[in-house]
Amino acid sequence: MTQQLVLYPLLLQMFLSILLMFCWRKISWQRVISIVGSIISVGVSIWLFSYIWENGTQIVLAGNWKPPFGIIFVADTLSATLVLLTAISGLAVASFSSASVVAARLKFGYFPIFHFLLLGLNGAFLTGDIFNLYVWFEIIIISSFVLITLGGEKAQLEGSVKYFTLNILASMIFLTAIAVLYGLTGSLNMADLALKVAAIENRGLVEITAILFLVAFGIKAAVFPLYFWLPDSYHTPPSAVAAIFGGLLTKVGVYALIRVFTLIFVGDMFLENIILIIAVLTLFSGGLGALVQNNLRKVFSYLIICHIGYMIAGLGLFTEVAIAGTIFYLIHDIIVKTNLFMVGGLIFRIRGTNSIRNLGGLYADHPMLSLLIAIPLFSLVGVPPLSGFWPKISLIIAAFESEQWWVVGAIIFASLITLIVIAKVWASVIWKEKKELPVRLNFRYFDKLKTIRKAQMIAPMIFLSLVSLYIGFGAEHIQQVSSRVAGELMDNTQYIEAVLGKEQIIDHEE
Amino acid sequence: MKTIILRTASTYLLPVLLLFSIFILLRGHYSPGGGFVGGLIASIAFVLHSFARGLDNTKELLRIHPGFLMPVGLALAFLAGVTPVLFFDLPFMTGLWYPEHLPVLGSLGTALFFDLGVYLVVVGVTLTIIFTISESA
Repeated sequence: MTQQLVLYPLLLQMFLSILLMFCWRKISWQRVISIVGSIISVGVSIWLFSYIWENGTQIVLAGNWKPPFGIIFVADTLSATLVLLTAISGLAVASFSSASVVAARLKFGYFPIFHFLLLGLNGAFLTGDIFNLYVWFEIIIISSFVLITLGGEKAQLEGSVKYFTLNILASMIFLTAIAVLYGLTGSLNMADLALKVAAIENRGLVEITAILFLVAFGIKAAVFPLYFWLPDSYHTPPSAVAAIFGGLLTKVGVYALIRVFTLIFVGDMFLENIILIIAVLTLFSGGLGALVQNNLRKVFSYLIICHIGYMIAGLGLFTEVAIAGTIFYLIHDIIVKTNLFMVGGLIFRIRGTNSIRNLGGLYADHPMLSLLIAIPLFSLVGVPPLSGFWPKISLIIAAFESEQWWVVGAIIFASLITLIVIAKVWASVIWKEKKELPVRLNFRYFDKLKTIRKAQMIAPMIFLSLVSLYIGFGAEHIQQVSSRVAGELMDNTQYIEAVLGKEQIIDHEE
Repeated sequence: MKTIILRTASTYLLPVLLLFSIFILLRGHYSPGGGFVGGLIASIAFVLHSFARGLDNTKELLRIHPGFLMPVGLALAFLAGVTPVLFFDLPFMTGLWYPEHLPVLGSLGTALFFDLGVYLVVVGVTLTIIFTISESA
């Protein structure tokens, strides 16, 4: 049973999407299947995580072909953690979608595609083969493109053209990079690549290839200067879609960066400096972008970019403490960003607009909801002891130890900007006097929804807020996970040994 | 497009093309061919039929909506992949083979069912796309 455990989250999502396709026209069935399936998938992911935690890195050889020839799936602590976070966000969004996405969209296969997206995410986190990673990226892009255009409003199509063009470009660059790497080494297995790339003498060529990967994943992760597609496309689809995009899609890019630059292209000062510079510029530009926006969801979109900077900075510093900070931030960010976009969706349902200038008086009308909204907002800023606070400490300590003062400055500056932005949002959306807005006809206001639909919208936000609170107050546990992940990532021989076995490494050294 | 030559030819071409697509599907394991190409050839057979006889006749011939072939094909391919996991505790997609050599089919294994799944998905997707476009045109 447990031998094939690594693939169970994947197989479950695949099964769910096929099952949902069979119920194409029965929307109420789809809602139930999606939510129940997502609960099971959280269970399976917890099982996988605890198994990996006890027994260390596990692999599965797809088709029983031995590495480095066949495709393999590797679950180390980082992959298992991300699969678990995907399942948690997936559950929240599944519930949120069944209440907030209109039936016209659900009729055109929203739920099957949503589970294909989760399948792609799980696959990307678990695969140990660089070309297979590309294939999972394609599955993610295709599903996300369907989700972003579903409904076919004018603004949506405009956003999706930008989204699609840049992501296809990134895929092309990624594919080119894989081709060059394959030409250099003759292998696609990541562990095998790690050994072979280290042995190449022409370092210039290796650096160029690494830069290609950096650009490709940089577009996906939305780092400076490749981020401009993100704020233009993320505010257009339904907020449930934006939640899963904001929470997980850019993080796949970050994951790929972390994986490739800790496993294959390791210990290159030039690359680390480039990553650091990119990180600092991302922190600045994302923060400043968020400051001037008026649309609530655009503000959150710019904050995504800004906070990608933290994770990239940890990768650029490349010490164990810094990587631990990155991983902690990744864990915190996936949960909070998913929650934030759902908050955006909820506010939109209550008031019928997302313009900060026109919003207001939420505290007077819905005091309990405002309290709920406060948790993700202030977790994002990192008001101690909420969850955003702890990873920043690790990052700042790491930057101090490496004597990169400008990185320390940038991290603090970005935190300050985030604080200002969130304070502005809080003051004008929650506290400001309520403005009389024109009532929109045919708009399903929150108050008019059925109780069960209200519960389906509020419950995932409570769930994710509780997870956020746990990350903040149980920081010790999360820190343990992050340190262990960082330990595994800094010493890539563990990963290689798990995949190829000890003998291969010794053979290679001889 | 409803010329008498095309209409007469399509009556004969439909079974021939379908047979040919099955042939391509079966030879695909070691030689060029397989589910994807076979599926495309099968959909060409139906597209040709719809050109000659009109869309409604083809739909009547198919009986089911081609879109329904997508989940069926996916399910078949998925089952072919999952069978080794569920019953033999072998990794996903491990090929299981029937030991005897069968006439016509050759070696029978899970790979054939996977290809058959791909075949159905390709037929379903292609026909759905083409039918939708020709309906809206």
